Amino acid sequence: MTEVLADDGEPIAVPLGSRTRSPARRVTDALLGYLFLLPALVVFGLFAFFPLGRLVFDSVHRQPRFLNRPPTYQGFGQLKDTLTSDQFTSGLTHSAQFMLYSVPLGLVLGVLLAVAAHRRLRGIKVFQAIFSSTVASSVAVASVIFFTLVNPQVGYFKDVSWLSLDQPQSAMFSVALSSVWQNLGLTFIIVLAALQAVPEELNEAATLDGFGAVRRFFRITVPLISPALLFLAIVLVISALQAYAQIEVLTGGGPAGATETLLFKIADPKGIRPLHERAGLSLGLFALTGVVALVQYSLLSRRVHYGD
Amino acid sequence: MATDVTTLDGSSDAAPVAGPRPGRARSRWAAAGWYLVLTLLSVIVLFPVYMLLLRAISDPLAYVAEGQPLHPVAVEWDAFTNAFTEASLGRSMALSFVVTLVIVVAQLLTSVLAAYAFAFLEFPFKRVLFAVVIATLLLPIEVTLVANLQTVRDIGLLNSVPGLSVPFLASAFGIFLIRQGFLGIPRDLRDAATLDGYGHLRFLFRVAVPLTRPIIGSFVVISFLGAWNQYVWPRFATTEDSWQTVQVALRSIANDRVDQLNIGFAAAVIAALPLVVLLILFQRQIVRGLTAGAVKG
Repeated sequence: MTEVLADDGEPIAVPLGSRTRSPARRVTDALLGYLFLLPALVVFGLFAFFPLGRLVFDSVHRQPRFLNRPPTYQGFGQLKDTLTSDQFTSGLTHSAQFMLYSVPLGLVLGVLLAVAAHRRLRGIKVFQAIFSSTVASSVAVASVIFFTLVNPQVGYFKDVSWLSLDQPQSAMFSVALSSVWQNLGLTFIIVLAALQAVPEELNEAATLDGFGAVRRFFRITVPLISPALLFLAIVLVISALQAYAQIEVLTGGGPAGATETLLFKIADPKGIRPLHERAGLSLGLFALTGVVALVQYSLLSRRVHYGD
Repeated sequence: MATDVTTLDGSSDAAPVAGPRPGRARSRWAAAGWYLVLTLLSVIVLFPVYMLLLRAISDPLAYVAEGQPLHPVAVEWDAFTNAFTEASLGRSMALSFVVTLVIVVAQLLTSVLAAYAFAFLEFPFKRVLFAVVIATLLLPIEVTLVANLQTVRDIGLLNSVPGLSVPFLASAFGIFLIRQGFLGIPRDLRDAATLDGYGHLRFLFRVAVPLTRPIIGSFVVISFLGAWNQYVWPRFATTEDSWQTVQVALRSIANDRVDQLNIGFAAAVIAALPLVVLLILFQRQIVRGLTAGAVKG
């Protein structure tokens, strides 16, 4: 591809083969491009961007008692009220708790499994398959599995107080634990792949320099797998923000609303919250998702070591 | 196996531990230690699954009466058949398969086409449109749930296959992943194809797609996994039990009578089976798909 300079001296990327192409050909290429994008853009338009606008609309309107009347405009004060309400703060607190219980524990366990299974031993593939196996479990299946463990009537651990679904703190921990278990396979697979990408010579050189196993792990391995760990942390945070099935199956939001996360309040399975409130809470969740993405972006651009 | 352990010099080659080898005796002990750790961890990871299987084959009342032991009680296998006859698991499994199939095929088509446009075609606002696609990652179904439910209700798609699948017919992840694959195709190949008079469609289906088959394969498997496991959307886009996907049907366990619980447990086992098969058959694709975003960041 020859570099073409525009009037201001900036190089312009020349599309492949365009040197031999007529202007007419370029127009048909562009049209083909739009045509190829159209299906995906229609779906995104209708089910990602339009709903965002609709959420804003819903959050500043009030649905009439009778469905044949149009919604009435209430102003952005109503959205502000929703986002400063106890509903929002308690939902946020519970989501944060869920995160706190599930993300660090999930990361540590994933690293533990991956470090244990990252070695040349006969039959290691069997262990790797076992550690990856929870990937085959959906959230709903994981919820039923944990039902057999922590359900207050029939769960195997029903008498273990720190897993009890009858107490607010332990209930949240139990529910989060089902997420930790379900995500274990994913965490393991990603950390193992990262470990396998660490060049062995580095560890050998460090050993010759008298580094012990622990120092090698924290000084060499951890920095080198940090991009994968960060990626996982983000994935787990988002998965915590989106946790729903575990809560519905295990606690139904209880005890006394202690496991009602933000999404649980938005989904509102009992149908007790008005539309404008659920829409407002959805916008809150959207903002949180945005913050997580920003953190991801800014962290990715510094602090984290990149092998290349 | 047994013959490997006792070789002529009495050593075992069963334990080639990574890194330097500090003598045979020590490495053999180290290996034994690691096997112990790995076995222990396996037991912890598999224990919840074991409990599910155990409860699915035990008579629920007898099991509770026995004091909830670690072994099955009054084994009976009817729960697996009852799940189909009494809990109509067959219908919800079939529905899940259909919805999953629709989503996977649609995502594949829309992603391949969009990825091709971004990788090989030039048009105004290309960067803006790519940013628009990536921006949809900020708008997962959990955020848009409330408004999408209104839309789907408005157009009368509640309790239908189109209603269950329509928000997921395109995937930003798919577009991004397949575009990366397309960008990896050597320029020479593109130029040669142009010289041979290949149009875009022919290049796409004869060269680009076959060359990126591993990536596309990974995406298909990951897409299947995601679609099969959907919970929040099908939970609220259906108001009738007969339109519940298998994942949503599993939630009934929370309201079941104790003497019926084994049916729900068996249903969970059956619901997980397709993914177990998938995992065994396509382990490589799954690992590649899941790590796609991770190692490069």
